[in-house]
Amino acid sequence: MTFFVELTVNGLMVGALYTLVALGFVLVYKASEVINFAQGEQVMLGGYLALMMLASVRLPLPVAILATMAVMAGLGFVVERGILRPLTGYPVVSVIMATIGLAAVLRGITPMIWSAEVRGFPAILPATPVKILGVPISPVNIASAVLAVVFMAIFGYFFQRTRFGVAIRAVSDDPQAAAAMGIDLRIVLALSWAIAGIVSAMGGVIWGNMLGVDPYLALVGVKVFPVVILGGLDSIMGAVIAGFLVGVLENLAAGYVDPLVGGGAKDVVPFVVLIAVLMVRPYGLFGREIIERV
Amino acid sequence: MIHRECGVYQTSYRADMAVYKLPLARWGLAGFGVVLFLVLPLAAGEYILSILNLVGIASVGAIGLNLLVGGAGQISLGQGGFMAVGAYTAAIFALRLGLPFWLSIPAAGFMTALVGSVFGIPSLRVKGLYLAIATLAAQFIIEWNLLHSAWITGTGAQGALVLEPPALGWLALDTEVKKYYFVMAFAILATVAARNISRTYLGRAFVAIRDHDVAAEIMGVNIFRYKLLAFAISSFYAGVTGALWAYYTQVVSYEHFTLGTSIDYLAMIIIGGLGSVPGSILGAAFITMLPAGLRELMETVKRLGLPGTLGNFTYTREILFGLIIIGFLIFEPGGLARIWRRAKDYFRLWPFAY
Repeated sequence: MTFFVELTVNGLMVGALYTLVALGFVLVYKASEVINFAQGEQVMLGGYLALMMLASVRLPLPVAILATMAVMAGLGFVVERGILRPLTGYPVVSVIMATIGLAAVLRGITPMIWSAEVRGFPAILPATPVKILGVPISPVNIASAVLAVVFMAIFGYFFQRTRFGVAIRAVSDDPQAAAAMGIDLRIVLALSWAIAGIVSAMGGVIWGNMLGVDPYLALVGVKVFPVVILGGLDSIMGAVIAGFLVGVLENLAAGYVDPLVGGGAKDVVPFVVLIAVLMVRPYGLFGREIIERV
Repeated sequence: MIHRECGVYQTSYRADMAVYKLPLARWGLAGFGVVLFLVLPLAAGEYILSILNLVGIASVGAIGLNLLVGGAGQISLGQGGFMAVGAYTAAIFALRLGLPFWLSIPAAGFMTALVGSVFGIPSLRVKGLYLAIATLAAQFIIEWNLLHSAWITGTGAQGALVLEPPALGWLALDTEVKKYYFVMAFAILATVAARNISRTYLGRAFVAIRDHDVAAEIMGVNIFRYKLLAFAISSFYAGVTGALWAYYTQVVSYEHFTLGTSIDYLAMIIIGGLGSVPGSILGAAFITMLPAGLRELMETVKRLGLPGTLGNFTYTREILFGLIIIGFLIFEPGGLARIWRRAKDYFRLWPFAY
């Protein structure tokens, strides 16, 4: 039983991070119907940038995080303006390939500027684990989970209460109607990419704190797919719930299935679930079903 | 010798349906065939032949993927995984049953078609982005199975299978030149088949589904059947590609069939031109030669002692790869096939502008 609780609690911690990254993903999809295959690479870049600001430039932590966010927001803006806007109206596969191309560029540039070795973040919190429900958890994990939850709350407020949040939701509902009501589509799209950049920066900082910064950080981008499909590509609520679900599922799989099959279940079980979900509920748990007319 | 069309002179349906309508095109094709089968294998060295072999193998996979993505409009990120299925199937048939290549390669194709169809089933309910992610899942699930299922590799986890060179009766195809003929035979077969698929009911049904699947269904195209067929045919090609790769390198291990491979193949058809058979071949050649060309360039820079280095090869390749994809998408979405067509149009009217 303790084993089960331990796995679940750890899963929830990881799930908080998946949720955070998935939020950026869903945001971009909602606003522009683009699947961002470079999300993981953006997270990686965020991690490297934050590390550079902390260790080389020696900024204090909050300033470093804010600076990272600013740079990543700018990058998101540039990507939207430079790569995705010219591709408006092209087939889905072209847009996907554009983000894949972007991912390749980021994957090449980042280790070229900084090295590809694993680098630890300077310790911010003490390393001695704290016990919650009898499960030892390191303070870094708790802090990152708390940060992730705070971010989700900010997101919720942003989408429900602020002008820009409502504008983004309107655009995702119906771009033409939104434009007719006076919403500037270009600003909304650019803003959604910038926010996705901020979220990636946050994800990079937190992941980097837990695992150290190296090119493998980009793999979180792959983990996001089961999350967003399970929750529904266009549902913020779905991303939050599915993020935690996948985190827990993954850890339970690693704990209980790995001994049977000899390792690696953690990476494949979410994808098996993904296929199953697509066959039964193609639009995820909370996604909007699209009714097509000719 | 140079003929240009200045009207429609066909007097039979046969002539009207010909793939190459002009004598010039037919002579050009014949000349290309002579160069491909007589001049190149005799004149080119081992290194160039080995690159051409890789291009030939990649062409088969790219043509297959283009039938699915460019033809039927279904996105697949699982080409690498499907190739792995083909490679392992061919290797297992050859090693455990002792089948010759002309049996094991088609067997690999059919096996992969079966697997591909299974992962194509979600395409009936989801499309576009959801489908891309479903095929991504296929890629990961297949990769994981190769790593963890001892009955596939036989030697336990992560084992590689080692093959004998393909043999035609008593003649072992063990040199680069012999393998060249082996690979090119399959590449030609694949090209001719794809060229003809796109001219038949099947190909037109694919295009109808790509343009609007609901409309296609109303017009009487059975979507269930043709979407699965598109996946099956494309996977068949992927399986043959994997099997060719297995016979060519004589080593099968999962490392050649990762997500990176799938992305390479998607890049081939984007750069070559979506929906175009010659484009697939051009794209395959481009992506296959990219690392070799880059390495050559970097070595020249080093040899001449020019200032400024291009840095680490792997990273430079990644960056270049990404930039080329983005560049083609933005500046020439029709790909190399469109560039080729524009060049032809230019010379057809030359020296007049129009």
